[in-house]
Amino acid sequence: MAQINLTVNGKAAHAEVESRTLLVELLRDQLHLTGTHVGCDTSQCGACVVSVDGKSVKSCTMLAVQAEGAQVITIEGLAAADGTLHPMQEMFREHHGLQCGFCTPGMVMSGIDLVESHPDGLTEQQIREGLEGNICRCTGYHNIVKAIAAAWPLMHDKQMPQAAE
Amino acid sequence: MNDMSNPVIIKGGIGDSPKRTEDHRFLSGKGRYTDDINRPGQAYAYFKRSDVAHGVIKSIDTTAAAAMPGVVAIYTGEDIAKAGIGGVPCGWQLHSKDGSPMVEPPHPILAQGKVRYVGDAIAMVIAETTEQAKDAAEALVIDIETLPAVSEMRAATAPGAALVHDAAAGNICFDWHIGDKAAVDAAFATAFKIAKIDVVNNRLIPNPMEPRAAIGDFDQSSGEHTLYTTSQNPHVIRLLMGAFVLQIPEHKLRVVAPDVGGGFGAKIFHYIEEAAVTWAAAKLNRPVKWTCERGEAFITDAHGRDHITHAELAMAEDGKFLGLRVNTMANMGAYLSTFAPSVPTYLSATLLAGVYTTPAIYGEVKAIFTNTVPVDAYRGAGRPETTFLLERLVDVAAKEMGMDRVAIRRRNFIPIDAYPYQTPVALMYDSGNHEATLARCMEIADWNGFEARRAAAAQRGKLRGIGMSTYLEACGIAPSAVAGALGARAGLYEVANVRVHPTGSVTVFTGTHSHGQGHETTFAQLVADQLGVPFESVEVVHGDTAKIPFGMGTYGSRSLAVGGSAMVKAMDKIIAKGKKIAAHLMEAAVDDIEFKDGKFTVTGTDKSKSFAEIAITAYVPHNYPIEEVEPGLDETAFYDPKNFTYPGGCHICEVEIDPETGVVQLIAFTAVDDIGRVINPMIVHGQVHGGVTQGIGQALLEHAIYDETGQLLSGSLMDYTMPRADNIVNIHVGTESTMCTHNPLGAKGVGEVGAIGSPPAVINAVVDALRDYGVTHVDMPATAQKIWSIINAGINAGAPRMAAE
Repeated sequence: MAQINLTVNGKAAHAEVESRTLLVELLRDQLHLTGTHVGCDTSQCGACVVSVDGKSVKSCTMLAVQAEGAQVITIEGLAAADGTLHPMQEMFREHHGLQCGFCTPGMVMSGIDLVESHPDGLTEQQIREGLEGNICRCTGYHNIVKAIAAAWPLMHDKQMPQAAE
Repeated sequence: MNDMSNPVIIKGGIGDSPKRTEDHRFLSGKGRYTDDINRPGQAYAYFKRSDVAHGVIKSIDTTAAAAMPGVVAIYTGEDIAKAGIGGVPCGWQLHSKDGSPMVEPPHPILAQGKVRYVGDAIAMVIAETTEQAKDAAEALVIDIETLPAVSEMRAATAPGAALVHDAAAGNICFDWHIGDKAAVDAAFATAFKIAKIDVVNNRLIPNPMEPRAAIGDFDQSSGEHTLYTTSQNPHVIRLLMGAFVLQIPEHKLRVVAPDVGGGFGAKIFHYIEEAAVTWAAAKLNRPVKWTCERGEAFITDAHGRDHITHAELAMAEDGKFLGLRVNTMANMGAYLSTFAPSVPTYLSATLLAGVYTTPAIYGEVKAIFTNTVPVDAYRGAGRPETTFLLERLVDVAAKEMGMDRVAIRRRNFIPIDAYPYQTPVALMYDSGNHEATLARCMEIADWNGFEARRAAAAQRGKLRGIGMSTYLEACGIAPSAVAGALGARAGLYEVANVRVHPTGSVTVFTGTHSHGQGHETTFAQLVADQLGVPFESVEVVHGDTAKIPFGMGTYGSRSLAVGGSAMVKAMDKIIAKGKKIAAHLMEAAVDDIEFKDGKFTVTGTDKSKSFAEIAITAYVPHNYPIEEVEPGLDETAFYDPKNFTYPGGCHICEVEIDPETGVVQLIAFTAVDDIGRVINPMIVHGQVHGGVTQGIGQALLEHAIYDETGQLLSGSLMDYTMPRADNIVNIHVGTESTMCTHNPLGAKGVGEVGAIGSPPAVINAVVDALRDYGVTHVDMPATAQKIWSIINAGINAGAPRMAAE
């Protein structure tokens, strides 16, 4: 067993984990943050995506011990304390970018990473290719793509440059 | 109910698109799915499964495994047999042509004597942690004598094939038929031309993103069992598991299906793991939790489709269809899943008329056992298979006749004035307007401008094709008496309890279940519209047998058409009671009270009482007609449908093929559907997007492939090609609705239209793109390898290359 310390959604967390414990197991089973989901066992579906030190990571593909000292943000850590949703969450709601909700936390986390990593604009094709690692069985992606595109100007506080299209 | 012909859309009412009530919790990680639930003191179950497709269990030695750390218990088929636990039942019985009942082998919850597919559960290991249970399962010593297996239907029905069940000679479960064979033979005798086709409807794996899970819990003090499970229909599970498997009466068995992460049919069925954890929890007197892994889901969730069909269509000189004969083999897998027998028969062959006036139809279906995962309903369930067959056959027929694909469809459409229309295969369609959906879809997709786009693509060295399907399907299986006569072992009504609270807010308890469909929003809109209360004042509750009177759940696009109709009936009772209370308060005759826009008014006067005033009066009955009317405002209704509903429409797909690689690129997809009354257009569009994407997945990407020994080769998300964002394009959706004539809402259902209408539109486009290669049919999925081979075989056989080259 190993002792680890990390920050999750802005709060210090301490846990004792087996060396084989995955980050997603730590989050779900020990920290009771069940918003991060497990949809597969081959790192394909992306339902478990979280942010680790500012990068989106499939938490089923990282050992808990690797998160020692890391800043982790999960879906539970996005909304403001008063419940106001993050612009990405709000745009998923606005554009009906979710149905059963199971892939949604991973989609939202990946969407945020896509927008943040494309400060000069984001085309529909870039969004579709950027979501290669997230599978949704409900929506046909149409409204997820719309939601991410709509979140871009809100997150960058400017119009999406036309040239990027 | 309120008059719904009024086109005025009130905020949060019918026709509006309020944002979904459920979204805030899903978006903030507050959804509560089964695996998110943990019961105090729970142990964890892991199922040891067969890794061979067919074999005799010679021995199972649990000694070493039982001594492993953390192991609580290990159960095998022998323990289950000793405990007198039944098998999981089949909910639909069919009879063969000769009147004999289908072969219905027992399906024990842990294998007894033999294993019959890769994934068949041999033992349940329960430990303090999942890891310990898995480790212990590795230590089980299981001796299985492998037997020859049959994984494919032609092999299973070949002479001398290994038998999956000794009771099923030739591996035939049933040999069924429908229609008038003599009339069809007579039609073929007069045919001007005959179109023929052989199609394989590819086997699919539903893959809802949430893997199945189940938690058994037992309260020794009350003797009450609770099962938390990923189900589309908790009451059905309670009935099947309680009455047939574990013999637990309903009042001691609660089934909770909380937030469920997609179903698509795969979560309708009663699975062995549900019974196993419920039984073990009582035996061990502690909660037992099982969570399926994705790899395990691939070999245990019921698969879909897997039909092989030969069909022939007789035509007159003017292109009119005279007769249709269809012969299908349908794979049942190793055991009969809950509704498996109904899928290729009453959910499929009864739709062989499609949208056409074909006067004589005869369909035969042989259901085949194989050493594969059981096959059952998957989004569309039988209707995608028939639609694919018909809409491919009609394109072949057009070619055979030298007619335009649109013209031959129009020539044979059931005209709008022929409704209600009695088909030759049992169903009576109530409504539809095939010309309207066709015309609108062709307009949006710019069908008539296609040849210019094809020529432009050819300039770029690409093969461009366009295809359509004009289809009709059947939803909301019913009435119960008819379904029963056809073999259903359950009723198919739906239940709603509408509880008006003293201050006028409303809780609706529905027997349907939401696992992505947005019922908490749509049903609240329906109630807001009918009772005139704010949308925000309505809460919808589903998924718990302890809260909901009864219900059959959600599948077959039935929730609004059947469940919504039950809600309307219950609200009618609320309004009728409210009128009596209002009449008393306003000293008027009950017949003089009308209810509109949330107000009870004395006809012809300005005297009125609000809905909230009536609600508070019902609960504080001081000035009240107590002799005639009970206090309270809480009504329950059961609604048994009068007929199926018949959604339909037109789908058009445009593709481009790169002849160098064989890659089929989706260019555009348009769906115009007739789904009857639309409550929330935003949700309707979302349902069509998702359904179409699953249909595109079937047509271009997905295929569950077994090798000849019964090993599933496409057994992970790395091998089974799920549609991803970059495989799909934006989907143009329109609705062109006629109202269902026999339910109070006029609703038909939207959950499955996308998956039903789309596959033939895609393949018709692919075949059209390959028109210069002499191709008349391409089986699904149209992978790059398959298309490249066709193109290269065509080149080798001297077929013309592209004009541009």
